[in-house]
Amino acid sequence: MPDAAPKAALCVRNLRKAYKDVVAVDGLELEVRWGECFGLLGPNGAGKTTTIEICEGLTVADSGDVEVLGMRWNADAKELRQRLGIQLQETQLSEKLTVVETVRLFRSFFRRGPAAAEVIALVQLGEKGKSRVGSLSGGQKQRLALACALVGDPDFLFLDEPTTGLDPQARRQLWELIEQFKLAGRTILMTTHYMDEAERLCDRVAIMDHGKAIAAGTPRELIASIAAEQMVEFSAGGAAQALDVAALGRIEGVREVRAENGSVRMQVTELHQAVPALLDELDRQGVPLTELRTHSASLEDVFVILTGRHLRDE
Amino acid sequence: MSSTRWADYPLAQLTLVRFREFWREPEAIFWVFVFPILLAAGLGLAFRNRPPEVIGIAAVTPELARPLRQEKLLDVEQLSAPAAEEALRTGKVALLVAPSPGGAVVYRYDDTNPEGRTVRMLADRAIQRAAGRADPVPSSDRLMREPGSRYIDFLIPGLLGMNLMGSAMWGLGFAIVDARRKKLMKRLISTPMPRHDYLLSFVLARLLLLVVEVGALLGFGVWVFQVPVRGSMLDLVVLCVLGSLAFSALGLLVASRAQTIEAASGLMNTVMMPMWIVSGVFFSAQRFPGALQPAIRALPLTALIDALRAHMLQGAGLAQVAPQLGVLGVWLVVSFTLALKLFRWR
Repeated sequence: MPDAAPKAALCVRNLRKAYKDVVAVDGLELEVRWGECFGLLGPNGAGKTTTIEICEGLTVADSGDVEVLGMRWNADAKELRQRLGIQLQETQLSEKLTVVETVRLFRSFFRRGPAAAEVIALVQLGEKGKSRVGSLSGGQKQRLALACALVGDPDFLFLDEPTTGLDPQARRQLWELIEQFKLAGRTILMTTHYMDEAERLCDRVAIMDHGKAIAAGTPRELIASIAAEQMVEFSAGGAAQALDVAALGRIEGVREVRAENGSVRMQVTELHQAVPALLDELDRQGVPLTELRTHSASLEDVFVILTGRHLRDE
Repeated sequence: MSSTRWADYPLAQLTLVRFREFWREPEAIFWVFVFPILLAAGLGLAFRNRPPEVIGIAAVTPELARPLRQEKLLDVEQLSAPAAEEALRTGKVALLVAPSPGGAVVYRYDDTNPEGRTVRMLADRAIQRAAGRADPVPSSDRLMREPGSRYIDFLIPGLLGMNLMGSAMWGLGFAIVDARRKKLMKRLISTPMPRHDYLLSFVLARLLLLVVEVGALLGFGVWVFQVPVRGSMLDLVVLCVLGSLAFSALGLLVASRAQTIEAASGLMNTVMMPMWIVSGVFFSAQRFPGALQPAIRALPLTALIDALRAHMLQGAGLAQVAPQLGVLGVWLVVSFTLALKLFRWR
C-alpha cells in the first residue's frame, strides 16, 4: 500500500488505440479503486486485452492517460514493474524447466517477495515442484502462471482471461486462489468473457464492446439496471402460422420481447403472472410450445440487452 | 531476503535456464557434440593416408614376368595373351607387357589414366635394370607423411569453424524466436527483468558451452588422428571466443524480427548455406575463381577457418591472423548494432 495514496489504483482517461485496420480501444474511461477486484467483460475483440496490456505497459496507447498506483509508464516504468503482478493470455512457459526452476527464475527479477517454495505451496503445486512444466495439466499450468505473477508480492494483479480453456473444477480452484488474494486486500484487474466468473469474483465490472465501456458498476447494479428480475426463453416449433410477437409484449409484467432463430427471449418482472399468461397466449395463437426456460437475470442478459448480441457469438 | 546468493541474480537464473534447456534437449546435444565428431571420424577414415598402392600388371611370358617381379610396387600376373587382353580391357590390370620381335618389349596401357602412365615407367625401369642399365645419377627417397599435411589436418579446423557457426547461430536464434513465438519473451519483459541480462545470458551460456564443444572436437582430432595444434592455447581461445561472438551477433540479427521458427530457419539456412560451401570447410576456398576471392574472404566463416588453420597447422600467432580477426570483429560490431536496432521484444 502506498503512503500518499492516490484516490484510485488505476485511472484510465479517454484511452485510444488503433491498429492498422481496426480501432481496438475507442475513448475508454475506467477507474479501479484500491483493494477491489475489477472485471473487464466483453466478447472477443471488444478491446479487453489491448486495454489491459496498455495498463500493463506492454502496449503504447495512441492517446489518453493511464495512471497505475499513482504512477505513469513513461516516467516510472522500473518501479511499476516491481509492483505489478501480471498474467498474460496464452504465455507458454518453458516446458523443459521444472515448476521450482520457473518460479525461482521469476522470483530473481523482483526486489522483494515470498520465497519460491512459499508461492508454489500457495497455488497448491507443492507436490509438482520437481515436475517439468510440459507435464502439467492446463489448470496446473495456469496456477503456475499465477504463481509467477504473485512472486513479486504485487500491490496490483492483472489477469487476462485467467480461466479460459479450463475445465470447471480447475476454474473453481483458480477462483479460490484469486479470492484469497482479494482477501489480502490487493487490487485486481481482470478480463473475462465468462459472466459467472465476473459475478463471483468481481466487486465491480465494466462491460466493453467495440473498444468502449458501455456500462459499469457492481454486478448487482448492472442487473438491476435492466429492471427485470427474470428471463423467460421459449421455443415454439412447427407452428401453422407465424408467432405474433407483438401480442406477447402486451402481457402484464413483460418488459421486452426479442425473437431470434426460432427462440424467444423475454424480460419479465413478475414471473408467477407472466408465465401462465404466456401459456394462455400461445394456446390462443395455436402455437405449440417445445421448450420453456426461466432464470434470474444475469450479466449475460445485461450484455444481450445492451448490445443485442451474445457474449460468445463469433 | 537480505543476503543475496549468486544464484538469486537474474543473470545467473537466466543463464541456468539456457543450460537446462540445452541439456534437456537430446537432439541439441547430438548436433552440437556428437555429429561433428562422427563427421570427422567418417571423413578421416575415408581420406586416411593409405600405404602406397600396389598396381596390377600382366606379363605374357615368364621371361618378362621375372624381372618385373623385382619391383615392389608392381603386382605381376603371368597370363596367356587372350587372358591378358581381357584383364586389361576390364581394368583388372593397368598394363600389359608383351614381347615383340627382335627382343623388344611392347607396353599396352591407357595413357589418359595416370595410373597407367606411372606403372609403365615402373615396369620399364624394372626391365631396363634387369637387362643391365645402370643409372648415371644415384638417387634415394625420403618419405614425408607427417601430421599437418593430411586431409584430416585440413578438415578438423574446418569442422571446428562450422560447428562454432552452427551452434552460435542456432543456439541464439532458435531460442529467441521460440520465446517470442510462445509469448514467453513478452511475459519476461512484463517483469522487472533487466533486458540486457536476458541477452547476456545467451552469450554467457554460449561461452561456457564453447569450452565443452571445442574441447570435444579438438580432443578427438588430437587423440585419434594426432592433428597438430601448433599455436598457443591462449590464442586458440581468443579465436574461438571471437568467432563464437561474431556468429552469436549474426544469430541475434537473424532472430531480431522473425516471429516463427519457420521464418527463422529459412533465414538461418540462407545465411549459413553459402558459407558451408565457399568458406573452405571441406575443401580449400582457393578453388573458387579469383574474382570471387575478396568476397569469400570477407565472410566470417572463411575468416575464422583460415585463422584456425593458420594457428593449428602453421602455428601462427594472433598478429599473423590480424586480417581475419579484423573481419570477425567487423561482423561482430555491425551485426550486434543492427540487431539491437531491429530487435523486437514481443
